[in-house]
Amino acid sequence: MTRVRGDLVALLRWAANPTGTVFVLLAAIFVAIFFANSGFFEGPSFMAFLKQAAPLVILAAGQYFVIVSGNFDLSVGALVGAQVVIAARLIDGEESRTVPVLLIMLAFGVAVGLVNGLITTVLKVQSFITTLGMLLVLYGAIKLWTGGAPTGSLSESFRQAGRMGIEDVPVLGQIPWALLIMIGLGAGAIALMRTRFGRILMASGDNERAAALSGGRVDYVRTMAFVLSGVSATVAGILIGGYAGVSAQVGEGMEFTVITAVVLGGVVLGGGRGSVVAAMAGALTIEALFILFNQMALPSTVRPTVQGVIIIAAVAYAARQRHRPGKTVPKATAIATPS
Amino acid sequence: MKPLLRATPRLDTTALIYLALAGVLAVGAVAVAAGGKNLFSTANLVDMLTRTSLTGFLAIGMTLVILCRSLDLSVGYTAALSSLVAATTMDGDVGRIPLAVGAVLLVSGLIGAANGTIVAYLKVNPFIATLGTGLIIKGYLDTQYKGPAGDVPAVFQQFGYTRIGFIPVSALVMLALAAAAIWFLRSTRTGHHMYAVGGDTEVARMSGIRTGRVLVAAHVLCAMFAGVAGLLLAARFGTGSAEAYTNLYELDAIAAVVLGGTLLLGGKGGVAGTVAGVLILAVLDTVFNVMQIDPFAKDVLRGAVIITAVAIYARRQLDRTARRPRFKLAGSAPTPPDTIRDSREVKPS
Repeated sequence: MTRVRGDLVALLRWAANPTGTVFVLLAAIFVAIFFANSGFFEGPSFMAFLKQAAPLVILAAGQYFVIVSGNFDLSVGALVGAQVVIAARLIDGEESRTVPVLLIMLAFGVAVGLVNGLITTVLKVQSFITTLGMLLVLYGAIKLWTGGAPTGSLSESFRQAGRMGIEDVPVLGQIPWALLIMIGLGAGAIALMRTRFGRILMASGDNERAAALSGGRVDYVRTMAFVLSGVSATVAGILIGGYAGVSAQVGEGMEFTVITAVVLGGVVLGGGRGSVVAAMAGALTIEALFILFNQMALPSTVRPTVQGVIIIAAVAYAARQRHRPGKTVPKATAIATPS
Repeated sequence: MKPLLRATPRLDTTALIYLALAGVLAVGAVAVAAGGKNLFSTANLVDMLTRTSLTGFLAIGMTLVILCRSLDLSVGYTAALSSLVAATTMDGDVGRIPLAVGAVLLVSGLIGAANGTIVAYLKVNPFIATLGTGLIIKGYLDTQYKGPAGDVPAVFQQFGYTRIGFIPVSALVMLALAAAAIWFLRSTRTGHHMYAVGGDTEVARMSGIRTGRVLVAAHVLCAMFAGVAGLLLAARFGTGSAEAYTNLYELDAIAAVVLGGTLLLGGKGGVAGTVAGVLILAVLDTVFNVMQIDPFAKDVLRGAVIITAVAIYARRQLDRTARRPRFKLAGSAPTPPDTIRDSREVKPS
């Protein structure tokens, strides 16, 4: 009996801690969607949801590295936009150019991340400003290069990743490549956080000085975090370009959505706390929320309001737990002692 | 770079920023002169100063919250909402101008109070809290106003257009409010508390400062400054405009504050620097305009200039954690902060 109660308490405490909150919230939204439209959880439509959510989840993983090391990356939205525009312009419908252009995009993503990282670590510019400047530079450069409207088109094989998948799977219908890429990169991110690199990254967000004094190369890991974020934006750009096609607005405002997603996952802005799985779950939660809005036929103009309320409420709830550790501990002991 | 900084160790940050402003002005003037034009012609000066007022209002308010180690990403939305409140309350009637101004300050103050409460008492990170309230206001604006609404009487539109000599009235109002804000930060108890809260909330709290109230006060003032910006928007457009939020004013304001030497992590900086930051951005925009640089290239140059400027004087500020080392080297005499800063800069990275 007591053990059951203990387990229950543990479960409740897990649900209450910032990392657990996001999974509870995700489950709650899924339940709400189920009541609005139970057909959503049938294989094909759920797979379609995951395909659509994949880019944001991947971006969230990239942003997580930057945030957990104590920085921000506001340039990812602009970078996603830039990558899509670059792809369309350079490929221009030619199948044979797909692979070289993919390589160029990857190099560009790495370069942008590297510049962000070096300016932040070597020149000691606050990352908020570095990446804000990068955002301005990228948006300006895209528009300057294309003259305002993107030109060219993507090749069929380029669009495979974002749209297609393994076809004719029983029950599920199509397993999208995007989902597989998301799972692959997600697993990679989890594995990375368990390596020496990941631990130093986490430590430098928690206490820069202590990390440096313990021999961690703080500037190096932080720069690499920006590079990883740049790579994640590249992959997201490839998927979004494939899924939604080319337009000038691709990626606009995405930096705020993705930072919201990461914070919703219980990752603390300022660094040092939170898990990458929860960050990705945060992105999934936001996408699920958008689906719920669709299912409820909520007018598009009201959506920002509801979104704002939910974000503040969720983060406030998570913060309540984090800022008052003293209150949860005595409660737990009070239950434990009588037994 | 380093020897130069060593040679002028006593130059304080604000002075350095005004030096940067002078530098930008000089380079801009030369660049414009090379094109056969005069940067200091009346038309250009008017253009330059007109640009300062809107960003200026927002940036002064933003300085207060950033000093408290907070942030307000909702100011663009607050300004847009304020312009609508002003225009619809006035509705073409001169007699209702005071009422409209009062209504704007009340509404924006309440938004600020909400922001402050969420940040201070619900402990939500200010980035998320104000992004959230911004979204809430955006939803309200999109639902409620499909287009421009209200009518601003001609008398009030003067606020947007009149000028004394080459100085627009709005810029004068901005400078007056900046002076008031400087006085507030230097001479009032709450002003000093803002620095304390931004420096270290926990220490401030233990010193008997009600940190929550200070944060709320900063947010209320910031939102009210956004309200004044909204009044200016209404005066310029002659009507209330919900579309105003699409201009990402909040990012401009933050850029100006940081250009002005205020630490994003709080506790250090001031409004005088912010005004210089606003001026630097305005000078750049005017120079780009006069030189007829492609509008898209402007963004690129702006971004590059912001990063470069901040990089140049980032070395003078305390490093990004804004913490001083807790333990001095054993046996050494207490070192003045400047020396500590220098020794950290020398540390290979």
